[in-house]
Amino acid sequence: MHLDHSHDGPAAVSADAVRPDGRRRALRIGLGGPVGSGKTATVAALCHALRAELSLAVVTNDIYTREDAEFLLREAVLPTERITAVETGACPHTAIRDDISANLEAVEDLEDEVGPLDLILVESGGDNLTATFSKGLVDAQIFVIDVAGGDDIPRKGGPGVTTADLLVVNKTDLAPHVGSDLARMAADAKAQRAELPVIFQSLRSEEGVGPVAAWVREQYAAWTASA
Amino acid sequence: MSRAALLVLADGRFPAGGHAHSGGAEAAVKAGRVTGAASLEAFCRGRLHTSGLVAAALAAAAALGVDPAALDEAADARTPSPALRIAARRLGRQMMRAARATWPHPELDALARRFPKGAHQPVVLGLTARAAGLAAEDAAYCSAYEGISGPATATVRLLSLDPFDATAVLARLVPDLDRVAREAVAAARRAAEEGPEALPAASAPLLEIGAEAHAAWPVRLFAS
Amino acid sequence: MTVDLAPRGRTRPGSGAGLRATARAVACADGRGGTALPVLDGEGPLALRRTRSTGPAARVTLVGAMSGPLGGDHLTVEVAAREGAALRIGSAAATLALPGQARETARYDVRLTVAEGAELHWLPEQLISVCDSDLRVTTRAEVAAGGRLVLREEQVLGRTGEAPGRLTSRLTVRYAQAPLLDQELSCGPGAPGGWDGPAVLAGYGALGQLIVVRPEFERHKPQAAPLGEWGALTPLAGPGVLVTVVAPDALRVRRMLDEALRDLT
Repeated sequence: MHLDHSHDGPAAVSADAVRPDGRRRALRIGLGGPVGSGKTATVAALCHALRAELSLAVVTNDIYTREDAEFLLREAVLPTERITAVETGACPHTAIRDDISANLEAVEDLEDEVGPLDLILVESGGDNLTATFSKGLVDAQIFVIDVAGGDDIPRKGGPGVTTADLLVVNKTDLAPHVGSDLARMAADAKAQRAELPVIFQSLRSEEGVGPVAAWVREQYAAWTASA
Repeated sequence: MSRAALLVLADGRFPAGGHAHSGGAEAAVKAGRVTGAASLEAFCRGRLHTSGLVAAALAAAAALGVDPAALDEAADARTPSPALRIAARRLGRQMMRAARATWPHPELDALARRFPKGAHQPVVLGLTARAAGLAAEDAAYCSAYEGISGPATATVRLLSLDPFDATAVLARLVPDLDRVAREAVAAARRAAEEGPEALPAASAPLLEIGAEAHAAWPVRLFAS
Repeated sequence: MTVDLAPRGRTRPGSGAGLRATARAVACADGRGGTALPVLDGEGPLALRRTRSTGPAARVTLVGAMSGPLGGDHLTVEVAAREGAALRIGSAAATLALPGQARETARYDVRLTVAEGAELHWLPEQLISVCDSDLRVTTRAEVAAGGRLVLREEQVLGRTGEAPGRLTSRLTVRYAQAPLLDQELSCGPGAPGGWDGPAVLAGYGALGQLIVVRPEFERHKPQAAPLGEWGALTPLAGPGVLVTVVAPDALRVRRMLDEALRDLT
């Protein structure tokens, strides 16, 4: 009598492309990368760029829980109900790779509560270079690094830099100030990633998040075409 | 049945969301009540004999086949803090996802249909043990152990406590774990005969109070 | 503020065996908008007195005529508020759990039943667990759908500067035949480990719980709220609210519960 649950049907067990009600679920794109590389700013810019054409939601996994979500709310890029913060117990990489259950609940709840959705961006908490998203959680992942973090990061590699579906090198406007060599970064990234794409981005430039947004649009087109 | 299934279920890497919960340790650390290995041990011992015993008995009863909806209602009555009820249901839902992927069973499907947003975690854990062919005693041990290993792991992260000290704390609690598992199974058998009111209701006031304080913090590392 | 009811004047059926006593009160609507008390029976150390009241509720005071429960005693209080009745019960002084010569566990059972449309306030003074005592308390309230209950329990672990006795206290509240709250606290020497540690009581010497059950809470309940460092207001899964306070002394517990009661009623 105290159990006021009103949803029908059991939750999906895995990352099936089809929801329990038979509809196709939203495309899920993960954004990972080291602390301060500009993940949240990129998510905010993507929301601005895409919200008119796609039904969007965001899940954040910050070390300090709600702070990223609050940044997105302050920037008013999406209504409150479209942003969910997942607590990670001081282990953001665990929540996106080893035990993805809390993130899966979050994306499913967003689809239930504010859906139908076309795209869900899952932002990892700032972590080290080895953090990657589980394929059980996201369909594609973006790894965001920045020029100020050292121009040797692409050369060092690591699973994020090497295997992410898109590598974003952010804050290119700072390169002259921090002595980073963009050409060297591009060459190292190419060596690590072969044909996988790399985008150099400055959110302060006129182009802004445009190229990354275009890449997301391509992913979405491929996702809908594969239905 | 195979006892080895217990190793899979009790493994801290079993992907059921436990890593993001501190079992009240984050609130106790912030309040200055847990400051090192000795106070962690006292914390874990108190937790084990209160909410740990209740959880273990719920899990054992579910493993015995007691109606999980009645157990869920009993769990609600034994969990006055809404923050802890929310955490228990969230973890139950996450456990359910992992359980259905690892040991598919019609009773798990039925419970998931009945509680789409999650039943209390110990109930789901007990039913998972049942689906894995484990006994009530196994379910009780698994529940009791994770009730102290969670706070111990969290405290290692929160206080940068020496992980060897934290593991030694768990080892020192082994006799208490045996006792709690035994009591939990005995109570679960009574509950199978007399109904869920026969389950223990041991409570820890400061866990309930701390959980509400924790839920009101704007910034925290753990979900509970 | 407490009355130490030492065992003088106490008559016992035998030297070893404890005493058994039951007090009963039944309240019902008197048909004129008030409440009648067709049953008001005390026994042994338990006496019930009707006290003057303003308003429609009847008031009863539980008077410890002899002493609190001694080792081996089994005391029972049964109170029923029938349809339309309003009854408020308090006690004249704190109850002391005392060690008996028998060194056996004493029992103190409270049975409250509240019918549809009835209201019962059970607001006794503190229970003090005296050094070397051993008491098991069970409080069980059965509230019918549409009934109202206000219940307070406070435990003080030992008199001033004294170690507590052994105390186990189970509180079970059911509403409309379903469990609403079920909790048991064990403390004192011999209690399961960790009872005075950081998860349970953290060395604090007093605790209290206030539960308010009201059919209106089916639709709307107060929100959960921490009450300072030591307490919390927690809406239950059913139509009830629990306030829990743990504090260094009984006075602070009472102050916080009184404040919560004012806000809730």
